[in-house]
Amino acid sequence: MPKQIIANPSDYQLEKGVLQPVGRRLFLRYAGMTAATSALLLAGCDKDDDNKMTGVNLGSGDIGILNYAYALEQLEAAFYIQVIQSKYAGMTTAEEQILTDIRDHEVAHRDFFKAALGSNAIPGLEVDFSSIKFNDRASVLNAAKTFEDLGVSAYNGAGKLLVSADYLLLAGKIVSVEARHAAAIRSLLNPKSADFAGDDVVTAGNGLDVQRMPMEVLSAAKTYVKTQINADQLPTQ
Amino acid sequence: MNLFKLFNDIEKADPEVYDRLSSRRNAFRFGTKVALAAVPLAMGSMFRQAYGQSTSAIVDVLNYALTLEYLEDEFYINGLKAANLIPMADRTIFTQIGKHESAHVAFLKTAITSSGGKPVDKPAFDFTAKNSFPDVFSNYQTFLTLSQAFEDTGVRAYKGQAGALISNNDVLTAALQIHSVEARHASEVRRLRGQKGWITGNTGAPAAVYAGEENLTQGGVNVTTITQAPASAVGEAFDEPLTKEQVLGIASLFIVKQ
Repeated sequence: MPKQIIANPSDYQLEKGVLQPVGRRLFLRYAGMTAATSALLLAGCDKDDDNKMTGVNLGSGDIGILNYAYALEQLEAAFYIQVIQSKYAGMTTAEEQILTDIRDHEVAHRDFFKAALGSNAIPGLEVDFSSIKFNDRASVLNAAKTFEDLGVSAYNGAGKLLVSADYLLLAGKIVSVEARHAAAIRSLLNPKSADFAGDDVVTAGNGLDVQRMPMEVLSAAKTYVKTQINADQLPTQ
Repeated sequence: MNLFKLFNDIEKADPEVYDRLSSRRNAFRFGTKVALAAVPLAMGSMFRQAYGQSTSAIVDVLNYALTLEYLEDEFYINGLKAANLIPMADRTIFTQIGKHESAHVAFLKTAITSSGGKPVDKPAFDFTAKNSFPDVFSNYQTFLTLSQAFEDTGVRAYKGQAGALISNNDVLTAALQIHSVEARHASEVRRLRGQKGWITGNTGAPAAVYAGEENLTQGGVNVTTITQAPASAVGEAFDEPLTKEQVLGIASLFIVKQ
């Protein structure tokens, strides 16, 4: 009964065991997470906490990029699990089917990266969806659009950072599915329009989709992730 | 294409490049040597001259992509021109898709020329595939079927070439940026037909377009064994590549032999 298992919140809440204690979490949130303050934060913590205080480190090389993808897939999976758990008012059968499919795809992506990374995998991230109104269709679909477009741009930008052709192919297998999602969500928001591949994401002059480097993507994703993500060691070219 | 950036990138990637190109070194005004940095290799005729062979492999891939884009571009030009084919309500969608395919043709031609290659000529197309689809431009459902097939093939074709472009960051990134646009198109056209935006199993027509899409094994792992997502979703979650030979096998059905 895989469907039922997925629908069970406790299975897909990102692993509670790795969540940071509430006190420290609040401390981080209120203290701010800019580079300028990080030294201060470290100074104010027990030595044992250093790793946690600097957040999750994605690592370097191809592993770093895979962890980066894993982080994004965790975020997307957690979002759609929540969407299906607390459906917005008036969700049509067709919409529920699409959003359930997407949830299952993101869960498959997330679980694949976790397995592929093995002991190199970053822990489960703690998400923050407080800015999303899950009972409101427009809020949910606009957030979905943001996540999918961001995912597409992230994979498009990260392709060149990979050294292994095998990983590049895997990323390619996933990014086109994210693009399919993006188009479907955009079409739900504005049916029969050009938005599925709108000029806001596909440059009209050359027909190229958006691509973004990890720092830009992670900065955009920050609103939705409580866990601090350290991408300092990722390749940049 | 920003040629100045291109030259700058090449210079950063390979400080010796101007020695390799001694005959041309006076043709351009270059700044002093830039500190060595592992910057991505870039397209350009100078690049081709210095590293001929690897660039010709890249030009081959770009020309292959151009052939597919020619096919898509002409298909939508004809479709949008045909009277009473595309319903009014759907014209915005196909106008947008057609706009992208035309842009891809132009982009690839420029990229090929900049790489020192010569863009292939546009083949003559027969979208009826020797009368297999006689009503392609008079029956909207037939038109949609082929549109979906071309878009899904395009996604698989670009995916299949990513590895061949791994040595050239700029070309690789551009190819990925086209790849995801084709996927957006495919999703939209599929949904117009009442299909899912993603590919379930290997269902779809023509069959050659969907062969192998049922794969559940990624990176040597059967993904259904490590996730609670249902098997159908695991198959949908990963799009599969096609080889150049497989794609040309499909495209050749629509190309008039000279």
